[in-house]
This record gives sequence, C-alpha cells and structure tokens, in this order.
Amino acid sequence: MAISVEHVTKRFGDFVAVDDVSLEIEGGSLTALLGPSGSGKSTLLRVIAGLEVPDTGTVALLGNDVTRVPAHRRGIGFVFQHYAAFKHMTVAKNIAFGLEVRKRSKSEIKDRVAELIELVHLDGLGDRYPSQLSGGQRQRMALARALAVEPEVLLLDEPFGALDARVRKDLRDWLRRLHDEVHVTTVIVTHDQEEAMEVADRVVVMQSGRIEQEGDPVELYEHPVNKFVMGFIGPVSHLGDAMVRPHDIQIMLSPNGTTLPAVVERIVRLGFEVRVNLELDSGERLTAQITRDELDDLAIEQGASVFVRPRKLQEFSNAT
Amino acid sequence: MGVATAWVSIIVLLPVAALAYQAKLGGWDSFWTAITSPDAVAALKLTLGVAFVLVVINAVFGTLIAWMLVRDSFPGLGVINTMIDLPFALPTIVAGLVLLILYGPGSPIGVNIAFTRTAVLVALLFETLPFVVRSVQPVLMELDREMEEAAASLGAPPFAVFRRVVLPTLAPSILSGCGLAFAKAIGEFGSVSLISGNLPFSTQVMSVLIYGQIESDNVAGAAALSIALLVIALIVLLLIGVAQRWGMRHEDAA
Amino acid sequence: MTARRWTVRLLALGYLSALLFIPVAMIAVRTFQNGIGPVWTAITDPNTVHALWLTLQITLIAVPLNTIFGICAAIAIVRYDFRGKALLNAFIALPFALSPVVVGLCLILTYGRTGWFGADLANQGIQVIFALPGMVLATIFVSLPFVAREVIPVLREIGTEQEQAAATLGASSAQTFFRVTLPAIRWGVVYGVVLTTARSIGEYGAVAVVSGRIIGVTETATIHVNTAYQSFDKVGAYSTALVLAVTALSTVLIMNLVNTRRGEG
Repeated sequence: MAISVEHVTKRFGDFVAVDDVSLEIEGGSLTALLGPSGSGKSTLLRVIAGLEVPDTGTVALLGNDVTRVPAHRRGIGFVFQHYAAFKHMTVAKNIAFGLEVRKRSKSEIKDRVAELIELVHLDGLGDRYPSQLSGGQRQRMALARALAVEPEVLLLDEPFGALDARVRKDLRDWLRRLHDEVHVTTVIVTHDQEEAMEVADRVVVMQSGRIEQEGDPVELYEHPVNKFVMGFIGPVSHLGDAMVRPHDIQIMLSPNGTTLPAVVERIVRLGFEVRVNLELDSGERLTAQITRDELDDLAIEQGASVFVRPRKLQEFSNAT
Repeated sequence: MGVATAWVSIIVLLPVAALAYQAKLGGWDSFWTAITSPDAVAALKLTLGVAFVLVVINAVFGTLIAWMLVRDSFPGLGVINTMIDLPFALPTIVAGLVLLILYGPGSPIGVNIAFTRTAVLVALLFETLPFVVRSVQPVLMELDREMEEAAASLGAPPFAVFRRVVLPTLAPSILSGCGLAFAKAIGEFGSVSLISGNLPFSTQVMSVLIYGQIESDNVAGAAALSIALLVIALIVLLLIGVAQRWGMRHEDAA
Repeated sequence: MTARRWTVRLLALGYLSALLFIPVAMIAVRTFQNGIGPVWTAITDPNTVHALWLTLQITLIAVPLNTIFGICAAIAIVRYDFRGKALLNAFIALPFALSPVVVGLCLILTYGRTGWFGADLANQGIQVIFALPGMVLATIFVSLPFVAREVIPVLREIGTEQEQAAATLGASSAQTFFRVTLPAIRWGVVYGVVLTTARSIGEYGAVAVVSGRIIGVTETATIHVNTAYQSFDKVGAYSTALVLAVTALSTVLIMNLVNTRRGEG
C-alpha cells in the first residue's frame, strides 16, 4: 500500500475536521477525495502531506510510519488550489526549487527542468515570472515543480478550483493523461463530482469528517450505500422516500399498471440531452432525462398528461 | 488645494530655500572649507559609521521582532506590540535621559558607556527601533503561508524556507525600514546630545556640530554642513525608493 | 520547532528589554528614589510649570493648523491632478529627512535678525526667533506630514463613489465634505492628530535652536529637561521627563486603541 491512514482524527478547537478515518491507497492509482466544503477532505490530504499533525492515528507512506515526520522529509509532492507560486522566482527557478534544495548539480537541474517544461507544455516560458502567466499555466508550473523531485506520492488540493470552467476541463483531461504516462500514486481533493468521476480510478466520498463510501466511480454511481452518496455523486429525483436517477425515469403515453400519472411542466433541450420537468398528482416534482429521439417519438409538449415509471428505485434503510 | 500649497510654501519651502540660498551665498570655496574642516570630517565619519552599523543591527533585530509579533503568541504580546511605538512618541531628550540612567554614571547594573561611541549607537538604536519592525510587520502578516508550505513539501527544511522564500519577499520592506532608520539616525539630536557628551573628534555627531556652529554664530558653516547632511539623506531615500520598486516588480497586477 | 521559537523569543525580548523596557521603567524608579516630596516640588516649580504650559500652548496652535492642512493636502493629492503634485508630495515628506537642528537653522535664516525677513520684521516690532512665533513655526514644520500621510491612503481606498452618490442626491461640495468625506476618513484623521500631537509635545532640537532657551520665557518642557539636567538639578530633570514619558505612554496607548477601531471600520 502506497498510503496507509489509520484511525486519524484532527480537531481545530472544538471543530472535528477528520473523525477517526482509515484509508488505504494503492500504489500507482489515482484516487479522488470527494465531498462538500467542511467534509474534511483537504484536512485529510494535508495530514497525509505532513502539513497538519493528527491528534490521533498514524500515517504510513510505502510502509514507513511517517506520522511524526515533518513535511519536508516525506518525499511527497503537493499542489495547492491557489498555486503557491514563488512570486520572486522565474518559472524555471520555481520548478528547480526542490532540486536546488537537494543540492543536485547545475547540469542535472537544467536538464530536468527542461524536461518538465516540455512535459507540461510551458515551452519558452521558463524565464517568465508567475505574475506573467495565466491561471492554467501557473497550475501546470506548480505541477511540474511538484514532479521535479520525483515524489512517491502526488497530492493535489482542489487544483483546478481557481480556474475557468473551460480551462478546468482541459487540465482535468491533461492530468489523467499525465498520470497514465507517469504512474505516480496520486490523490486529488475535489468537491466537483464530475471531476472525480472523470479522472479517478477510485473515489472516496467524505462528509463531516467521515468516509461515507469508497469504490470505483461506476460502483458508487450504481450502488450508493446511502442517500448522501447517491445525491452527491449524481443528479437525483425524490419519489416519496426513495431516490431515482433522471435517466431511469421512463415517460409513456399510456398507463400500464406500474405507472404514475404526471403533467409535463417544462421541457428543456440541451443539445442531445432533454430534461423534462414533471409534476405528479401527489404534487411531487421529478426531473426525467431522455434523448432527443425519445422526445420526438413521444411528441409531447408543455402541459401534456403522461405516465411515468421509474426503472430503478433506490431505497435506503436509514436517512442520511 | 490652494490652501495646501500656500501652507507648505510658507512653512517648509521658504525656510529650506533660505538654507540653500545661505549656502550659495558663501560661494563654493567657503562651502568646501566648512565641510572639509577636521571636526566636520570627524563628525561625518562618526555619523555615517554609526548609521551603517545601526542599519545592519536594525535589519536583523527588526525582522526578528516583527517575526515574533506576527508568528508567535503568548500573554503580553499585544502589550509589547503597542510598546514598540514608544520611541516614536517619546521626546528625544527624554530618551537620552532614560538611557543615561541605565547605561551612564550611576548605572544600577554597573554599565557606563556615557561619553563613548557605543552610547551614540545605543541612543540611535532606541530612536530607530520602530522603523524596520513596523515596515516588516504588515508584509509578514500578508505573506502567503502556502508558499512556505509549498517549499516545505518540496523538501526545504525550515531555515531554507526562510532564506529562499520568506526573506526575498520581505526584502523590500526591510530596506524601506532601514532607509527611514538611516535618515532618522544621521539627523538625530536630542537623545545623542545627552549621552554622548559631544566630545569633538570623538563622540560628536553632525547634528551636534551644526548646533555648535549655530550657537557660535557661524551660520554659513552650519548651513554648509546642513546641506551636506540633507543631500546624503535624500540620496539614501531615493535609493531606497528605487530598491523598493525593483523588489515589487514581480508582484501580480491583480 | 519549539527550540526555534524560544530562540527568537529570547533574542527579540532580550533586545527589547535592554533597549526599551528597562530604560523606560527606570525613569519611574529614579524619579521617586527620594520620595514623592522632591518630585512634587520640582513639578510645581514656576519654571517647570511655565515650560509645561508653553509646550501646551504651542501644541494647541500647531496641531489644529496642521490638521486642516493635512486634510486639504490629502484631498488635493488624491483627488486632483495638477502640475507640481510630485513636488508637493516631496515637500510634505521633507520634514522627515531633515535633522531637527537643520530645521531650526532654516528658520533662523528666514526670520532671524540677519535672515531674509529679519530686517522687515524687526522694523514692525515682530520678533520671531527667540520668541513664541519661532517656536510655533518650528513645531509646525516638524509635525507637518502626519495628518496628510495618514489620510492619503484612507482617502485613496474609499474612492470617489460615495462622494459621487452624494452629488447625485443634491449635496453641495461643502455638504459632501462634512457629511460624507470627513466621516469616512475620520480614523485616519484621528490617528494623524495623535501622531502630530505627540511630535509637537516631544520636539526638542528644532525648538531648542530657535528659542534661545531663555529660562522661564522660551523654554518648552523638553528644553527644560535638558536645562535642569545640565544644572545638576537631577530631580527637576527626571520629574519633567517623567511627565513627558507618561504623556508619551498615553499617546501610544491611544494609538493602539485607534488602530483597533480602524480595523473594525
């Protein structure tokens, strides 16, 4: 196991950020810590990095207990949401920092920096200063900087949070491709479920300092263990006490015994995808997701009376 | 706006112009004689010498004190923070007296540095204490902690983090504080006059020499020395301004 | 980590104690060494009383004048563009670069007997040097910059939006100034006034040169401390110094208070 966290608790005053969390992360994998603000995911990441010291529990990297080892001796790479660029150094110097601190030779540093600049597509920008780069470029520099010292573990704290939506998507893809090429054990913290699902091999869903569920994206989507996970991982509609995914709601023109009557409130076309807002007799509202072709076949409009049938309903024993 | 310019003109511009005029009046020769006279040269050496040592001490201790005020916490720290401004508020002559009590004849701890150059240094250190501290404090408070964390995550031990990341960021403010301290130090009068004894060629600083010249009605000589002192102060302040702008060149536009 | 923290603490506190805390504490110790009696006699001595009163008078003239100037200058510099703005800025900063003794010299050269206006003033029977007017001018000179320097950044930061809003609502310039601008900059002004007052009370060099230091006539409190000390009247010197020190301490505490208030807006 590349990273092993056991019974870690971290408090800030009265606030319990991480509550008795245990986690194992396999070497070479890309794991996402997913959750809303305040779920403890960033704190957990910082505990793994050594930037926070846990109140109880242990952290082990590659089998070695590093709980009492300070951050600068853990051999990790860390990327911050707001880049944490060294403003007074050029891009090249930023990337070279870890190597210079380790007193590597000038020629070795030069080669490695050039290699990394090419890897992150910042060619020609080595002599610029961070203030002269765009947000996306700065984050790529931060990544190159973290990778320069060949860390055993790469930790990213909401790395794309400060960037525009377009840039975020691009960098997300790019990070995944980079991981496939370089295979460093990577842990990424995010509150964006789409990001987690797209990028990670395994997703760990957290809330209020605890792990709700962990598994690969498909497993979490298809078999959520509680309401919170289901609601967080993807869009849901509520049917009484149960939850159903929009694309699992079938719209039909005539009843067949298992259907419920409903009225179409609004139809929103989003290219190929179509969302139909429905209101049941009971007053409950559902959102169904169908394809453009299905809509054409149904030929319904706003105000039409239809019948809906949930294909797959999720019921959970306790409310979460 | 007119009010402002009128006021400044009467109060500041006029008298300073008179100074420049007076110096010019005597001509270049008498100016040169005045500033190259033996006691003037001695006073200048002492003034500048002490000022340079003072700047170094202030840079180190000022930063240290600012660090403690910003990063540390213990009961009484707030009081200490407030007290740093005391040299600003205390009359210079009282400062001199106060230091004389502790470090002069009759000192309760047996330290007597009155009439020595060390006394000049100590008096000036007292007067210039707040400058570097107050200059560095706000910058230190604004410092992005994540930069330090990033450096640590990249393998830099604490002192390396300070040397490579924190210090370069603080440099402009340290310089700025040092510049102000230097300008104050070379002109300081009240605190030094009491504790140094003003022995010519030994513990006499420029301001005291000028004072003596005024008292003995050698206005021309006094004016010449004053201009020399003023020019030095202005050059230093100019250099500091340049250094500051150079240090800020990498700041984000945002 | 704790070793480093304690090293910093030790060095910083050691330096501060040796240089600042202990010496200042000593003034209280030494002053009352022989009891309160001698101290009271010294403070109520007519020369001392006169000196303190003179300091107060000068301060009461200098501070309001510099405050008005400071606010005007700040508004001019921040809100308007005019030729010579840089020069105005430079001259406001000049008192910081000048030694107090040099300030005194400048004033003598301007208003003294042999100075520019010396003859004219003498003819009118107005005496500036070796008299109150000169001392006031010297004090105004050295305490000139403070209000301006404190108000300028505040003025810059609040921007013109509030004033523009007032104008659209029908307020005249004067109304806008007193109802909108002044309240917005009030903490900057207060802080500047506190600094100006402290400087006026504490000025020594410039006033010493300009006043002639005539005992009982043109001696300010600070000058009196020196005179007393030079004439071996230690108790007199310490007592007056103590009064000034207590004033300075109060100033510093008020400064701190104002700063806290500023932080709260």
